[in-house]
Amino acid sequence: MSGAPAGGAPDEEETTGAFRRSRGRVSARFTAAQAVILRNLVSQVAELMGAGADPGAAGPAAAGPAAAGLGPAGPGEPGLSLDELAAAIGASGPTSPPEDPVLARLLPDAYRDDPEAAGEFRRYTEQGLRSGKVAAAQTVLDTLPAGGGHVRLRPDDAQAWLRALNDVRLAIGTVLGITEDYEDEMEAASWADPRSAYLEVYHWLGYVQDSLVRALW
Amino acid sequence: MSVAPAEVEREEAGLDAVPDTPWVTIVWNDPINLMSYVTYVFQKVFGYARPKAEKLMLDVHHRGKAVVSNGTREAMEKDAEILHGYGLWATVSHDR
Repeated sequence: MSGAPAGGAPDEEETTGAFRRSRGRVSARFTAAQAVILRNLVSQVAELMGAGADPGAAGPAAAGPAAAGLGPAGPGEPGLSLDELAAAIGASGPTSPPEDPVLARLLPDAYRDDPEAAGEFRRYTEQGLRSGKVAAAQTVLDTLPAGGGHVRLRPDDAQAWLRALNDVRLAIGTVLGITEDYEDEMEAASWADPRSAYLEVYHWLGYVQDSLVRALW
Repeated sequence: MSVAPAEVEREEAGLDAVPDTPWVTIVWNDPINLMSYVTYVFQKVFGYARPKAEKLMLDVHHRGKAVVSNGTREAMEKDAEILHGYGLWATVSHDR
């Protein structure tokens, strides 16, 4: 596990992206740039989780109404692509895992040494797990204005934010191959390292999530 | 990570005492989940007081894994399903 990341994005005002509790609700302010990045990443996780959510149906409607309005980042939004990051890192790595490690982390086996039981568990739970993650992502998209601004969350929405932020961190962290010493790696990473921008974003997401946990406690 | 942690051995040793509830839910350490978040999830999901949730979180962190609940297989699968919803790496285990 990882401790609480210190500080927000270095070139933003200190208070943005940090949740606080006021009058029984948690709230935070996001800059436009922060909102764009967060919405982009949350959308990518929702797409990943929505794909295959309903193997019996085909087409964009397959993921159900919760996925409506989701989709790839619009034109003009910064290109933080998990696929591109994976490709950039994979190009220098010696091995390529047989299964998508991000999917494996977001939808883990519930039995370690019993593939049959793991498969049976998955058969009954995976679709619900996927749709829950899509719904949490959708809550973030519904409550975080695309241009940034003030976000004030009802209790249920705050729970969805927690889970959606965690899913995004799991996805990026898995692609980056995060270790518990990642902050040292972040210090050492040069600008030429394709991971450096993602490490910064990963770090910032931890800061946002930690502030939300502490506001809810 | 430890292959045979103390929790599992204790379950094995105590099998006779709890014949109806030999199933456990285990949460595994991972480098991504925040310590504060994992503690919060244990409070939220199991209704544990914060000190107990924090102790469990630290067990996971330092020992690589911890038993977070025990009961029937069905109940443990439900717990694992809920924990997966929160992004924790949970497995169900039955110690022979």
